[in-house]
Amino acid sequence: MGLRSLLDDIAPSFERGGKFESLYPLYEAFDTMLYTPSSTTSGASHVRDGLNLKRVMITVWLCAFLPVFVGSYFIGLNANEAMQALGMTSVGNWRGFFLNGLVSYDPNSVWDCLVHGLAYFIPLYITVFVAGILFELWFASKRGHEINEGYFVTSILFTLSLPPSIPLWMAAVGVVFGVVIAKEVFGGTGKNFLNPALTGRAFLYFAYPAQMSGDAVWVAVDGWTQATPLGNAALGLDYGVDWMSAFIGSMPGSVGETSTLTILIAGVLLCLSRIASWRVMAGVLLGMVLTSSLFNLLPSSNPMFAMPFYWHLVLGGFAFGAVFMATDPVSAAMTNNGRWFYGILIGFMCVLIRVVNPAFPEGMMLAILFGNLFAPLIDHFVMQSNIKRRLARG
Amino acid sequence: MASQKEVLIDPIFNNNPIALQVLGICSALAVTINMATTLVMCLAVIFVCTMSNLAVSLVRNRVPTNIRIIVQMTIISSLVIVVDQVLQAVAYDISKSLSVFVGLIITNCIVMGRAEAFAMQNGPWLSALDGFGNALGYSVILIGVALVREPLGSGTLLGYEIIPTVANGGWYVPNGLLLLAPSAFFIIGLFIWAIRAWKTEQVEEPEYEIAPNGQYKEAI
Repeated sequence: MGLRSLLDDIAPSFERGGKFESLYPLYEAFDTMLYTPSSTTSGASHVRDGLNLKRVMITVWLCAFLPVFVGSYFIGLNANEAMQALGMTSVGNWRGFFLNGLVSYDPNSVWDCLVHGLAYFIPLYITVFVAGILFELWFASKRGHEINEGYFVTSILFTLSLPPSIPLWMAAVGVVFGVVIAKEVFGGTGKNFLNPALTGRAFLYFAYPAQMSGDAVWVAVDGWTQATPLGNAALGLDYGVDWMSAFIGSMPGSVGETSTLTILIAGVLLCLSRIASWRVMAGVLLGMVLTSSLFNLLPSSNPMFAMPFYWHLVLGGFAFGAVFMATDPVSAAMTNNGRWFYGILIGFMCVLIRVVNPAFPEGMMLAILFGNLFAPLIDHFVMQSNIKRRLARG
Repeated sequence: MASQKEVLIDPIFNNNPIALQVLGICSALAVTINMATTLVMCLAVIFVCTMSNLAVSLVRNRVPTNIRIIVQMTIISSLVIVVDQVLQAVAYDISKSLSVFVGLIITNCIVMGRAEAFAMQNGPWLSALDGFGNALGYSVILIGVALVREPLGSGTLLGYEIIPTVANGGWYVPNGLLLLAPSAFFIIGLFIWAIRAWKTEQVEEPEYEIAPNGQYKEAI
């Protein structure tokens, strides 16, 4: 193996005392990304399992590609439809330099829609990935951490939660905030109590509300304004989309959140591979169904009170948050019973914010961050009740 | 007996009331959106803290121990009322934008803390220096926070535009988070980080040791 021996040859210059000692985490990350780590338990090992952090993270990352492609297709579809309505035949910004020869912006062509959408997703993802990994590398080499595949997940989930037309520098600022303030200052991978991707998004949401919310950001065509169905619903307008299209994903929204169908498929894959906790997902769903049904029973002039649970499921970031964000194994509750409470709390808060708070049409981001804060407390009470029960048993 | 210089200089970085003792955070969040209100607030706290330490120290041997807190509160609130009235007379707009926070200097933990912890045991001159020094430490952090929040949050400093914002035809997109109070938490946290990186003796002992993760060749 040429690559293996090359890596072994350059290894001494990265190890202690070598010329590039400070870049050891980068070398190590690259090596273990390509090959199985050689450091294995030498004594009698107790449990044999092929599952490790690497595999957990890469599985989530691969599952996230489903919403990437489907989401990109719908970004392209929305943009192409808007261009057709405006009578535009070419894109004026720098993306047009690459796109204009490649596609004809026909909303009926899958190729045109997918490529147009990817022209928004790929630069965004590259920017997010590079900006975040530089800071991750900086901290890792200063503090002797490893860089691991966790950042693949943070970066892709962060990108999927952004509106497609967000300026690239803003995305970079957001992910750096998420990585540094939510993760690295608390000690790096596995020690963050908030989901770093969502923290970065929350930072952008409050710092640059004009580019993160409103009507102008969801369709990637300059000068085209179109509210999300959830924004319409909050104003009591027609949603602008029927349930089936909303379920499949043909509506404006953040990059990865639109297609509930795809997200559910990814969620089933994650549950089958036992990577994500089905209890969290079920808890979020249960909390949302119960809370929205309760609101349905209450009389109110607020149109959101009457929104049934199956609309809550398909609009906005609910499904994406429940499957990808709430199940983050580090910031979620760790005990099985606690996961139910944690999920229900998130579902409850999401509907509460959507329905009752007029300032925020979407509540999933804030609900999950709120749930993250309570996860350790929930675990504490679950463990205390276990201890009490076992003591009582004698 | 602490020397005069130590009493005056220590609270600025070595024993900063905000960064090390984590007192007086509330007003640091509330008034630092722009530099003008911050400066006025700092002057008010400097005045109140110095004078209250001086006054408390002067009466410290006459005050029965069990009512000392009431006496301190009376002195501090009288001083705060003086400051509030003066502000309303000479700088009405700033007084309005500071709203309740001038009145809340009464409950500022730094003022009360210095009166109780220092002025009750020390002479008037040293106590006045201590109050002045601690208020300076408070002011340094507040001015630092305002120096981040006002330019990055609205592109101005003391009301003059220093970074041309997009709304005025420039290039800078103001960061709306810095106009919200929680941003001061992040900024104070970053300041504490910076001060502790500089003065490592302020770093606290960890509550428990975290096992090192993945040093190379550990298992071979």
